[in-house]
Amino acid sequence: MSQDDVVISIRNLVKAFQSTDGTVVRVLDGVTFDINRGETVVIMGGSGCGKSTLLNCLIGEYDIEEGEISYRTKEMDAPVDIAGMSERQLNAIRKRIGILFQSGALFNSLSVSENVALPLQEHSYVDASIIDIVVTMKLQQVKMLEHRDKRPGQLSGGQKKRAGLARATALDPEVLFYDEPSAGLDPVTSTAIDELMMDLSKKLAVTSVVVTHEMDSAFRIADRMVMLERGRVLKLGRREEFEALRDAKQDTLLSDDERLIHQFLNGAGEGPLTDADGMSEFEKLIVSGAS
Amino acid sequence: MSGSAPRNPTDTQAGAGRALGSSLRSAVAAVGDYAGSLLKSARDLVRFVGGVSHLLGETCTWCFRGLFVPGYKLGRRSVVEQAVRVGVQAIPIVMIVQIFIGVILALQMAPTLERYGQMERVADVVGIAIFRELGPLITAIVLSGFAGASIAAELGAMVESEEIKALRAHALNPIQFLVVPRFLATIVMLTGLAVIADVIGAFGGFITSVMVLGVSPSAYLSATQDAVAMKDFITGLFKAGVFGVLISMIACYEGLNVTGGAVGVGRATTATVVKSIVALIATDAVFTAVFFVLEL
Repeated sequence: MSQDDVVISIRNLVKAFQSTDGTVVRVLDGVTFDINRGETVVIMGGSGCGKSTLLNCLIGEYDIEEGEISYRTKEMDAPVDIAGMSERQLNAIRKRIGILFQSGALFNSLSVSENVALPLQEHSYVDASIIDIVVTMKLQQVKMLEHRDKRPGQLSGGQKKRAGLARATALDPEVLFYDEPSAGLDPVTSTAIDELMMDLSKKLAVTSVVVTHEMDSAFRIADRMVMLERGRVLKLGRREEFEALRDAKQDTLLSDDERLIHQFLNGAGEGPLTDADGMSEFEKLIVSGAS
Repeated sequence: MSGSAPRNPTDTQAGAGRALGSSLRSAVAAVGDYAGSLLKSARDLVRFVGGVSHLLGETCTWCFRGLFVPGYKLGRRSVVEQAVRVGVQAIPIVMIVQIFIGVILALQMAPTLERYGQMERVADVVGIAIFRELGPLITAIVLSGFAGASIAAELGAMVESEEIKALRAHALNPIQFLVVPRFLATIVMLTGLAVIADVIGAFGGFITSVMVLGVSPSAYLSATQDAVAMKDFITGLFKAGVFGVLISMIACYEGLNVTGGAVGVGRATTATVVKSIVALIATDAVFTAVFFVLEL
């Protein structure tokens, strides 16, 4: 793949938080990888490994201490580093990306159709009738048309995610971020959401970045996978490489990293992930009440 | 002779010395802890005032853009919705409270005024007190609980459910979208409610004076007209506008800075009401002093 095919480039990303006792903890410690146009990358790892922090850094929600996050959308001649950008500059990037939050994050005072229409109303100057057509189309894509007049409080978990996805795609983004899309869903609904994600990815030709620790879902949707552990990239590779590691016999694993990944992919209770105190640095931060 | 050996005077002195040293250390530690907590409170106050001031600056900037800069939207529908929520729904409560205020004022002042044969002056006292002070202030205090707490709780819940993050993710500014409508609605509605409060409060005093104190209606109305000048009315409305700024800014600041789940939302709601009331009364005191000096 050439550099022109890279839509997000992450180089030596460092993100630290300060706990209440003044200790600074590096939640992300030198993360480096590229996300290529059109692919689905799954970012995974145990609780507290830094994957949600990484997602928040990628969407400009957190400032970073060191490193670079460069975006190259279709209109750009050259990549642009979002670190240190003002809100106004970041907003230009945000209009080209969409995010599905864990709980959907629908605006409770608006109906489903009003939620989907909001980005169109605020960022375009098209007529209300055109917006209505686009909203209908987006809701049809996620099979939520019959629920368009409902408020978020009247929806199930799966329906909220579908509506959130319709809103995230309202401006036809180039990159879609998913924060734990299967969280809180039953296996059947989770599979349905995965299929919707893959369908949208093909139809809209978007790049997808999915943060999850649901392995069934991850192996269903991923082209490439990134495993994080204690804020570092433990392994980056194609889905098939991770499948091979998952299915490998214990005694064929050569390194601690491979044994750790094997434990995680198989959900095993014992192994390198749980040998120490059982808490990641980020989990310790949460317990200590980090600012 | 049975019993222990006599105590060594040196041992007794050493024991007393240790006890004194221990007490002194405890006292110093207690003073240190208290000084530390005072410093923390001072730091929290500075952080709060700075935060609210910064929010006010950004809110005013977005208001200006929405009103005067092409390409920026003000969200008129949202302002109207908030005005109905903040103001229109508070009218019955404000009317009930103010009528009682009028009654209380008239009854409290009556004995003193009667002693000096100035019963009809109850209209002066009720009119000036209501129009200059109690109309806007009591209305603002009512609204800090009715609307301020509700705004803080709503924004806090939005923080916890990632709606604020979702707004930013869609390149929408939370201050433009959420704070500005509440800011404008609170200022406008509090000023309007103050007018209603003035009229209803004066009416409460009127009813009490006529029906209980034996003041003639025409004498009461004439005295009110003579005593209450336009500047009393205008200064009252000016204060109401400023109170609207305080309530909306404190509520939005507390709501947008919620942490810690549902407990945090509850804390923010309580903090909004308490801080609003203190800020309202402190500001009222400052305005009263300033208007006194300026003879307004």
